[in-house]
Amino acid sequence: MPNSLILLNKVVSIVGQFPVLAGVSLQVDAGEVVLIEGPNGAGKSSLLRLCAGLLPVSRGDGQIFGFDLQTERAQVRRHVGLLGHSVALYDELTVRENLVFQIKAARGDTTRIPLALELLGLTGRLIDTRAGSLSAGQRRRAAIAILVARNPDIWLLDEPHASLDARARNILDDIILQAAASGNTILVASHEPDAFAGRTISVSGGVVVYDTAMDATPRAFKGPDTADSGEASMVRALSADGGGYHVA
Amino acid sequence: MWRDALLIAGKDIRIEMRSKVVINQMAPFALLVLILFAFALGPDRTPLINATPGLFWVAVLFSTMFAIQRSFSLEASEGLHDSIILAGIDPAGFFIGKLLAIASELGVLEILTAVGIIILYGAHIVSVLVLLSSCVLGTIGLAAAGTMYGALVSGMRLRETLLPLLFLPVASPVLIAGTRSWQSGLVGSHVSAAPWLWILVAFAVLYICVGIVLYGPMEDM
Amino acid sequence: MTIENGNGRGEVMVTEMTGKLNRWSTGRNRWINALGVASVLAIGLDVYLGLWVTPPDRVQGNLVRLLYIHPALATVALYVAFPLAALCSALWLWRRTRSSFFDRLAASSVEVGIVFIALTIVTGSLWGRPVWGVYWTWDATLTTTALLLLEFLGYVAIRRSTTDPERRARRSAIAALVAFVDVPLIQSTMVWWKTLHQKATVLLGSSTDIHGIMAVTFALSFLAFLLLFLWMLINRYRIEVIKDDMQGRTMEDAINNRIAESKVRIEDLLVKAPVSAGVLSSSTEDTREPNAGVVHTTSSRSASTELSPAVPADTFGSDL
Repeated sequence: MPNSLILLNKVVSIVGQFPVLAGVSLQVDAGEVVLIEGPNGAGKSSLLRLCAGLLPVSRGDGQIFGFDLQTERAQVRRHVGLLGHSVALYDELTVRENLVFQIKAARGDTTRIPLALELLGLTGRLIDTRAGSLSAGQRRRAAIAILVARNPDIWLLDEPHASLDARARNILDDIILQAAASGNTILVASHEPDAFAGRTISVSGGVVVYDTAMDATPRAFKGPDTADSGEASMVRALSADGGGYHVA
Repeated sequence: MWRDALLIAGKDIRIEMRSKVVINQMAPFALLVLILFAFALGPDRTPLINATPGLFWVAVLFSTMFAIQRSFSLEASEGLHDSIILAGIDPAGFFIGKLLAIASELGVLEILTAVGIIILYGAHIVSVLVLLSSCVLGTIGLAAAGTMYGALVSGMRLRETLLPLLFLPVASPVLIAGTRSWQSGLVGSHVSAAPWLWILVAFAVLYICVGIVLYGPMEDM
Repeated sequence: MTIENGNGRGEVMVTEMTGKLNRWSTGRNRWINALGVASVLAIGLDVYLGLWVTPPDRVQGNLVRLLYIHPALATVALYVAFPLAALCSALWLWRRTRSSFFDRLAASSVEVGIVFIALTIVTGSLWGRPVWGVYWTWDATLTTTALLLLEFLGYVAIRRSTTDPERRARRSAIAALVAFVDVPLIQSTMVWWKTLHQKATVLLGSSTDIHGIMAVTFALSFLAFLLLFLWMLINRYRIEVIKDDMQGRTMEDAINNRIAESKVRIEDLLVKAPVSAGVLSSSTEDTREPNAGVVHTTSSRSASTELSPAVPADTFGSDL
């Protein structure tokens, strides 16, 4: 049924009495690379965590891969991989052990591990070094290697370039482009505009305020509320009355 | 379920073998408890020997809390917490895995504590079988209930203070039944171990079932 | 309105029932007032009968008058409040009956139960002092009751330290059930461990004669305290509904404030960039800094709210 892999319809997500997302609508198709940009605290990370089924849907509804974000979170999670701010590595385990554990836990293919390690330049001595004694950049590379080895359908990358050197950044960009070419869908939250993103969305105040897909390559929103609450019209509405509007 | 359980248990035990937190910090702590009790009760052998079973289980109970806190601190970082959830690990498997790891760490600790008691307090063993079975059963029960509460408070700001408040009252049957069965195994008094061992069995079975059923709904927070 | 979305959907019946009950309990309601009056009258009558009408006991003398308070308090706390809380917790956890109604009812039941259990323990030790010679004794029933009180207090503690409604409901429901299954075990352990307590059969007249007016007063006390419990329970529930209502209303504001944070950003996009993809990406870096100050001065909402837009959202998700 879903021709959109990610389909959010005015999702409000409340975490600890604060609406981290205040009515996000978004539609992403398979194979797209979407750059999410916006100021600090705009809701970029929250948007990614929502797509991973890690945040509650307090209002509105959303589907990832055709699975409901509220009732079928378990199935949603099977299809997504999240590279978060905090790197998911056990300090006491070596790089290889970390990868083996994570891939086995996710029921992935462990034979992809050597390839992923090599791709990220984690070779030789580094493989058997405990994650706790790696540098920040090496830790991030190990975390990316986990994602590469697991190869989920949807990649959610939160500031993936942080603490990477120029060489690693290029490798990461290549990986993203390759993954997208092979049909994976990729959302990148980043402050750095990058060549690889075909589409950019701006997030601010917990809503999507601008979406290049709405303007540069106009597409009809298939959601029920296309006419009155698309982001482009929201921009128009705001500029007209100078603020004070309310969520429906 | 068992596949995930073994994966988690293997990972936790491997981390413990590397970091040696239980051996290096909790074993000395248990020993310290024994020595402090000796100070509190006086150097006389008699009160010490009478109190031995209780002292042993109180030491075990406190060690359990440390082991639980340590076990859940492994996944305390947001990244690892998320990755466990996103990996789609079976919640019951995760519960059993944590339980196995905590129980085996406690097992090592109990052996050391028992040796300490025999040397320091000069306790006489009447029945090794009773002591051993009460330890195994009690430990599994404590680890099961403790894993439930450890997961329940993990991620809360006040977890260090909440864990004892929630866990210790619930664990009281283990303390009583463990102490009673040790009395019969150590001092060889007229206490019969059988009913107390049955309580330990009931406690362990009860909390393993509770964990398998309720761990799923709990993890989804 | 409250945020009901997180609580399993469908199951229209439960939602409808909850709605009706909420309206019923929060509005002006003469049945609730009547319940209050009835419980006060019943307790008044119980006190009158217990202190003035019934005779002192042959063995226990005037102490027997505690019979008209203590067993009833204990029964309501142990056999009504706690099982009700456990039942509601289980119903909340079961997806098909998940409703904030059960969460609130469980919480209310525990809190009122704490009052009853505390009174049970106090009246019990008042009774124990002259009869057993001590205020406290390590007797099975007493110890079990004390442990139950501790578990209740733990439940409240876990509730108080979680703010997110869904998470709070989940945590407390599990805490209640995990503690509840322990009760029979604690009970039997304590019985084997040590017991002194008067067997409940005493009340049926093995050594104490309970006859006529004493039996009536005794029975009345159960009714009186049950009514009192129900009345307190409903009122406690009412407070929960009102609290959630207020939270729902502030949540509307919070959501609108949150959206308003985006205003500056949108103006930014409109002014600096005639809407087009290329300009957008190049303008992001240099426009952010100068506009950071504008957030406070131009937006109309920053004065009306304590949620500063400068604070990143993650700060508030502290109990993640």
